Amino acid sequence: MSIPASTTPSSSQQVPNPWQAHAVSIRSIQQEIDGVSTYDLAFDNAAADGTYRFSPGQFNMLYLPGAGEIAISVSDDPARSASSCRHTVRTAGNVTRTLGKLQPGDTLGLRGPFGTAWPMADCIGRDVIIVAGGIGLAPLRPAIYTLLRERRCYGRLNLLLGARSPGTLLYRSEFAQWEERGLVVQTTVDQSTPDWTGNVGVVTLLLERLRSFDPTNSVLLCCGPEVMMKFTAVTAQHRGIPPERIWISMERNMQCAVGLCGHCQWGPEFVCKDGPVFRYDRIARWIDVERL
Amino acid sequence: MPNENAAVSKRLPDSDGNPQQSHFVATEAFASIFEVLQGKGYTVIGPTIDQHAIVYDQVRSLQDLPQGWTDRQGAGEYRLERRDDNALFGYVVGPHSWKHFLFPPAMTVATADKTASGWTFQTPEDDPPKYAFLGVRACELAAMRVQDRVFMAGPYVDPAYHQRRSGALIIAVNCSQAAPTCFCTSMGTGPQCTSGFDLALTELTDGFVIAAATRDGEEILSELKSRPATVEELRQAAAVTQRAAEQVERRLDTTNIRDVLFANLDHPRWDDVAQRCLSCANCTMVCPTCFCSSVQEVSDLSGQHVERQRQWDSCFNFDFSYMNGGVIRDTTRSRYRQWLTHKLASWIDQFGSSGCVGCGRCIAWCPVGIDLTEEVAAIREPTS
Amino acid sequence: MSERPRLGVFKFASCDGCQLALLDAEDQLLQLAGAVRIAYFLEASSRIEPGPYDIALVEGSITTPADAERIQQIRRDAKFLVTIGACATAGGIQALRNWSDTDEFLRAVYARPEYISTLATSTAIADHVRVDFELRGCPINQQQLIEVLQSLLAGRRPRTPTHSICLDCKRRGTVCVMVAAGTPCLGPVTQAGCGAICPAYDRGCYGCYGPAVQANLASLTTHLIAKGEAREKVVYRLRGFNGYSPEFRAESDRLESIEEREG
Repeated sequence: MSIPASTTPSSSQQVPNPWQAHAVSIRSIQQEIDGVSTYDLAFDNAAADGTYRFSPGQFNMLYLPGAGEIAISVSDDPARSASSCRHTVRTAGNVTRTLGKLQPGDTLGLRGPFGTAWPMADCIGRDVIIVAGGIGLAPLRPAIYTLLRERRCYGRLNLLLGARSPGTLLYRSEFAQWEERGLVVQTTVDQSTPDWTGNVGVVTLLLERLRSFDPTNSVLLCCGPEVMMKFTAVTAQHRGIPPERIWISMERNMQCAVGLCGHCQWGPEFVCKDGPVFRYDRIARWIDVERL
Repeated sequence: MPNENAAVSKRLPDSDGNPQQSHFVATEAFASIFEVLQGKGYTVIGPTIDQHAIVYDQVRSLQDLPQGWTDRQGAGEYRLERRDDNALFGYVVGPHSWKHFLFPPAMTVATADKTASGWTFQTPEDDPPKYAFLGVRACELAAMRVQDRVFMAGPYVDPAYHQRRSGALIIAVNCSQAAPTCFCTSMGTGPQCTSGFDLALTELTDGFVIAAATRDGEEILSELKSRPATVEELRQAAAVTQRAAEQVERRLDTTNIRDVLFANLDHPRWDDVAQRCLSCANCTMVCPTCFCSSVQEVSDLSGQHVERQRQWDSCFNFDFSYMNGGVIRDTTRSRYRQWLTHKLASWIDQFGSSGCVGCGRCIAWCPVGIDLTEEVAAIREPTS
Repeated sequence: MSERPRLGVFKFASCDGCQLALLDAEDQLLQLAGAVRIAYFLEASSRIEPGPYDIALVEGSITTPADAERIQQIRRDAKFLVTIGACATAGGIQALRNWSDTDEFLRAVYARPEYISTLATSTAIADHVRVDFELRGCPINQQQLIEVLQSLLAGRRPRTPTHSICLDCKRRGTVCVMVAAGTPCLGPVTQAGCGAICPAYDRGCYGCYGPAVQANLASLTTHLIAKGEAREKVVYRLRGFNGYSPEFRAESDRLESIEEREG
């Protein structure tokens, strides 16, 4: 009788270390709106340069030594470049404040990409409705770029964007170009200003009024404050979009980004690895639970 | 980055399914196991008496083991007591678990250094000891299996856990008694050690019945003075485990537990337990499967060298769910609910098994004696 | 010389132990001295520079009418005011007077009590002026103080843990003194920061770092009493260095009122 040799992998086995950050340097900083800037980060490491790939909806961990690490969704065009990558960041806490003090040429760390992506393949041959609130448009921008690149593959494309005020409409300078390429952009604000002639009110009103889509053959992608996503999903279902074609992007305290630290748990989901993009019918039961 | 080859299938038992022949090793002969293990380069961690308890620490000889001692446990209570015999493993489980060694409470996971050309990032070389764990109980083997799935079976593998775990030798001991806090029989994890070890011992009055389950285990056994166990010794060994199983009185009804808990997220019992819960995190720290951690930035004064230090964290800490200037689980009620539903319900979705192994540590080491089996039973009661 | 942030260190009713924590941080202090201009720190230098100060560290509690005035001026002079230690954040051990008759003390201790100008209470700085950050402890932890200063200099919000002592006991492998030895301990309701020293030396926690966030005092005291500690002793246990912190105070007052009701 013999005992099979130990099947335990030897400690020298190559296990990629999820804590290893890539050095990236700031190629450019573009202020978008008050308190929100887009950082183009270039890979300093030759090995990473040119090989970095992400899917629309995924995020990176940006690391500012001493200040800490923060999850930031990629806001770039996945087809643009593999040697740099844009991130749209709102200054909010210690890490983003520290980032806000950096200049082009300064370095920081990057781990990623992490998490699930928008269902771009499911959009093919369908109408696509993108609903965004405030900075929630950032993780949707890669999806918009992807849709517009192969515009003929999709049906009618609508972007419904809500913001607090006209001054906080993100990526406004790109709207004309998006419209030209076949994305209908509608905006609404919570608080109007004297020069604003557009819609006032919550973004779900735009969805209620939307005509140019076929509910039985549409995909809805949504990112914004939790309460806004919850009501968008409700409205979308009223409009006849089945819950399995509604997708939302969640946010939680993501620290390790690889499902090992436990912080981002939301019911049975690890938002960092099972999300951030979730199919609505799979998480509908959790979105109503307070303090989950 | 994702690693497909994750789960370490730890030392398979004999391929044709036949258990290795059990041997008998007299207590005096067993004493040489320390030399044998040390000779193979192992750092032996085992039970020893410290701070009014049987803890896990480095042990160098039989004298370090808690010979003739036992533990008396209840909700929020643990006391060391003398036995009326000289048993080496005549206790149940104590305040420590093996995760202390497999998943260290604090370690540096990454470093950053500022150079003339900017920040550079490293992950430090990790050179842990090669551990031999002596005295691992069935529920603890189950806990290791649970943490194996957490740290090694996903798309990402925790390098520190992986390295410690894959180098470790496991010497299990079948329980000879149960504490009032034990409920392994409800969780299907014990008291009999069935897999996940290199050697399994059953303590008799004058020695051990030992079975090897791996080549490593067999090699060690071959270096101890032993003889094939007699039928009578095997009968006695079986009776030892049987006795322990019969002593387990606590029950946790796991029937449909995932759905029951998820359907009761608004049960008034959560308010009730929140009145008692200190949110002190003790239950999560003593739990052999809890795995939450956080990373702290530790920089030198110049700010040019930064260490990212990972520490055990807990879902009972107020700021654990901090996000965007707010805390999601900002009440003890929501934090206790998170812990219990994670342990017993969402763990099943996440990792395919319960996160509870029935060791009872969270009951014994809760400073105010909150008992999860009681809480679950109360939640199962229909509300009027 | 470039404009370095100006630091002031101010003392009120206290033992000076928290300022000593700063002085004891020798190496770090030297580096710190390079990063800030120490404009007011009587314990270290007799040179006094007037405000404004970028960072004011305030030690001690308010116990005299003069101090109650002086803290107002310091607040006006300080951009960022940090209280350091149990006296400044909770009134300190001297706040035990708040449960007693101060006049009686004066008559008992001083030959000419009329020369003594004192308030009837010892109160936290935050009871008098707005405080930007509270650093707990009796005394404060040197590393935490350095972290606070480093963070402020880097323009970050300081990070100090708010979890219970228990977490630190467990991380360092200390066996729970309450469960294993029946030793009463305030650890489960006390904020971390000391590194969980006392339980490692087989003593219960004295609560030097004050109440942990959302501390469940009533559950712990109920348990201690059920385990045999006299209610009166539990009251004493809560009335330590942080006895006048709102949470500890409310609980000791509650227990005392039960005591009185029940005679």
